[in-house]
This record gives sequence, C-alpha cells and structure tokens, in this order.
Amino acid sequence: MDALTSGDGCRVAGPGPGVTGPAARAAGMAARDSYGRLLALLSASTSDIAAAEDALADAFERALRTWPAHGVPASPDAWLLTVARNRLRDHWKSARAQRASPLGDAQDSLIHTDDFDVDAIPDRRLELMLVCAHPAIERAAHTPLMLSTVLGFTAEQVARAFSMPASTMATRLVRAKKRIKATRIPFRIPDRGDLPSRMTAVLEAVYGAYVIEWATTGPQARQLPSDALHLAEVLTSCVPGDPEAHGLAALVQLSASRAPARLDADGRFVPLPDQDPSLWDSHLIDRAHEHLRAAHARRQLGRFQVEAAIQAVHCARRRAGPTDWPTLLTLHRVLHAIAPSLGSGVALAAVTAEVDGPAAGLATLDGLLQDAGQHARRFQPARATRAHLLDRLGRSEEAMAAYDCAIDLTHDTAERQYLQHRRDSASRRSQHRWPESRK
Amino acid sequence: MRYMLLMHYREPAEGDISEEAIAEAMEAFGAYGRALEESGVLLSADVLQPAAATTTVTRREGVLRVQDGPFAETKESLAGAFVIDVPDLDAAIGWAEKCPGAQWGVIEVRPTATSFVKGRWTR
Repeated sequence: MDALTSGDGCRVAGPGPGVTGPAARAAGMAARDSYGRLLALLSASTSDIAAAEDALADAFERALRTWPAHGVPASPDAWLLTVARNRLRDHWKSARAQRASPLGDAQDSLIHTDDFDVDAIPDRRLELMLVCAHPAIERAAHTPLMLSTVLGFTAEQVARAFSMPASTMATRLVRAKKRIKATRIPFRIPDRGDLPSRMTAVLEAVYGAYVIEWATTGPQARQLPSDALHLAEVLTSCVPGDPEAHGLAALVQLSASRAPARLDADGRFVPLPDQDPSLWDSHLIDRAHEHLRAAHARRQLGRFQVEAAIQAVHCARRRAGPTDWPTLLTLHRVLHAIAPSLGSGVALAAVTAEVDGPAAGLATLDGLLQDAGQHARRFQPARATRAHLLDRLGRSEEAMAAYDCAIDLTHDTAERQYLQHRRDSASRRSQHRWPESRK
Repeated sequence: MRYMLLMHYREPAEGDISEEAIAEAMEAFGAYGRALEESGVLLSADVLQPAAATTTVTRREGVLRVQDGPFAETKESLAGAFVIDVPDLDAAIGWAEKCPGAQWGVIEVRPTATSFVKGRWTR
C-alpha cells in the first residue's frame, strides 16, 4: 500500500498506478478486502459512511507511522478496527458536545460496534453493497459508490474509470453518502420478498463496473485494473448460493480473459473471431468455469449465467477449434427471451447471420431496429453490425453509408480505425465492381 | 427515526370519482390507518381538504400578507401527510408503498430533522 492518504476526502488504499506484478496485485487485493470489510462494519450501525471513512483513513495512517517501528500486529485488521472504532467514538463525542444541548439526544447506537469479537471480524460487505445499490440512491451513483466504499478507490480513481472530472465524481459520491446517512438507509439484508429485486440492483451495479471497463479502453491506460473482477469475486464470497452472482463473476472473467488479445501489436482493434486464443488468460477462464459450475449446480437460470455461457462458448475456441455457432444461436435466443434489450437483439442478429447467413441476420436486425424506434438509431453496435452484414452481402454502397454512420457513433479510437479500414475495403470493392458508377 | 409520508396527487374535479370509488378509497385508508396504529408507528395522519381551501400567510417582506390559494400552483398537490416513527428508510418505504394514495399518486418519504416532543426539540 503506497497510496495512503487521509483527511482530504481521498481515502486509503491499495497499490498506486506504478505497482504491477502478481504479488503486488495480490497485496493490493488483500488491502482492498480488508478495507471493504472494515468500512462495512464501521458504518453499519450509524449508516454514516463518511465518518467511518475518515476514522479508517486515520487508522491506516497511524498504522503507517507505528508499524514500521513497533512491528506489524498479529491481526492487522483487528488492530485497524480498534483504532478506527476509537476514532469514531471520539468523533461522536465531539459531535455531541458541539450540538446545542436540548437537541443532543443520546447517540448510543455505536454500542453495536462493540458487539463483535475483533478476532472473528464478520463480513458485512453484502449489506454495504445493498446500501450502495439501494433504490433510494440515484442509479448513476450505484457503481461509483461500490468502487469507493467496497474497494476503497479514491474519488479521483473512480472518476478516471468513468471518464468524468474528479470534482464531479467527488460531489456525486459525497451527495450519495450524505443521503445514506440523512435518510438512514439500513445496513441489513432485506427479507425474502425484497431480496431478489435488491440483489438484482447489486448485480447490475457490479455489472456496471464491468461495462465501463469494457467501454473505456481509450488511449489512456486504465487505472482500475480488474475492479469489476474483484467486485464480482467479493459478491460471490458474500452470497455463495446465488447462481446469478456466480454467473456474473464468470461473465466478467471470461470477457477479461480475452483482453490481452483485443489489440494487436500496433494497438489496433482485433474482433473476436480474429483473436489469437493462445493470448487469452487461461487462469481466468478456468476460474470462470468454476463459477459456472457453482451456478449451474443451483439449477436456476438467469441472465448473467446465459451471458457467461455465451462467453464460454466463444472461449471454447481455445481448445475445441471452430466456434459452435448453433449453440450460440440457442443461447442468444434464450438471452433475448429472458432479458430482452437492444444489445441482446443486435447480438442475436449477428449470430443469426453466422448460422443462417447474412441475409437472415440483416432481416432480424432490421426488424429489431424498426420495433425499437428512434433511439436505436444511435446504438453503435446496431449500426456497426448492420454495416458488416451489408458488406458481407456485397451491398457495398449501402455498407459504406452504414460504416460512416457507425464510425460517427464510435468513440473508441482502435475500433474507429478498424471500422474505417473496413469501410475503405468496401469502398475499393465497390469501385472494382462498378467502375462506371464512379465516373 | 421519524419520517413524513407526503401524499401528492391530482385533485379530482367534482363528480370525477364515483361514490363507489370514494367509498372504496375511504375503506382502504381506514385499513391503512388501523395497520399503522396497530404496529405502533403512527404519530399523526391527516388528509387535506382541496388546495382551493388553502390560505397562505407570510411576513417575508416585512408586512403580513394573507392570500387565498396555495403557495405554488401545481398539477399535483399535497393531499395529506402521515408522520411515522420507524427504524430506517426501508421500513418507511414499506409503509409508503402500502399507502392507498400510492395507487393514484406519489408518496414522498422524507425524514424529519427535528421534532418538538415533550417541551423540546429533539431528534
């Protein structure tokens, strides 16, 4: 941990940007695990995350000052927790003293933090995640809050992940934390009736971390490596019996496993069918399959499991050779049936083209776009897929127009260049085929 | 913690709602009030007369101004308020969703900052 800060709203923790290698990564993850566990405990009784963060930052700072001289305590977490708890108690005492006396009602809820044995620190990160994804918190804040509280990333780091100004992100986080405290959102597992919908929100927030990871592979190197991976692992450790949590973890891992193959040596985008499977991370793929097995054992299908299964079929190319398109088509049909979205529809059209030919794929896609109406026109994957299908059908003129449209909607530099390259090829073919039309 | 459940909905015009529907709504509100009371969380419950019955009073500009009509004309207006004392927001949301007014309007759930109890402002 070389990035400990305190008192300035940028709290704790983890390896800085310069730290790499598996050992440093493991150390960083362990630090983040401790951070999330301790923060969950410290804020659970009062719902006051900001006060807990300050107390924990103080504790980390004191650890840095005293551990080098006095040695690392036998249980570092228990030590940190004790120091942070004392800080919190001081904080409440002074807050009480500052308040006008008639208003100063007893703030005795802190007693809860004394209830547990520091040697057996309970894991309340699920409660913390449920708070972060609470329906009373604006949706856009769910994922940032989780990254900030469960993994201890600073507002700056989270802002970078979302390609957003740090001050905007800091304001959003502060506002959400204030709201949690002011309205008293409880750190509690909801009852059976509410749990499924609340868990869905948690899964979607973790999925949100995965989506930004995927979408922001811009020119800058990402500062939050594998944050979605880690969040998903934390979640499965909190709810080992939830098949969708395992499905989500598998999905994130399978997608992440292909990251090394997504750009070629010159930084150009490489589409999935052209990727070299030997570059894929086999350790992540194996781990994902463990999650998939755990999920399937519960015999309860869900959206994330199907998405993970789709990724698993793609990754099977590593061993089994050519991609099994008919199986993919079945899975995409299931996905589009249980969790219909523009994205699932476009993917279904693309896979239909692989099995039944580009004309069938295009018909599926155009039917979808017609039903989806105006906002589908700005959906980049739909435009890019349409361009590819027209291209494959030899309708070069139309393909060129469709590529132009897709390029306008593409923000990722590598993918833009890839589409531009495809457009140029289509253009050459079109000139070759109908030279007279060029005159 | 004390929360106020504020009911907002569009005021029906005279004759918009059938006698039957009014009777049904009253029955629903009766059951709701009893449920709140039996669980021991209810502090007060009031359903308001139409906004037209509002009088607005201010001394904001130094002199007393008394005006007929509500402070702000809106499509949906404040129609009633329940004050409940429950442990947390989830409990308050649970009561709000059971409020009959949620069927045709919206319920604002808002924690109170401080309330006057037994001779002093407390929280």
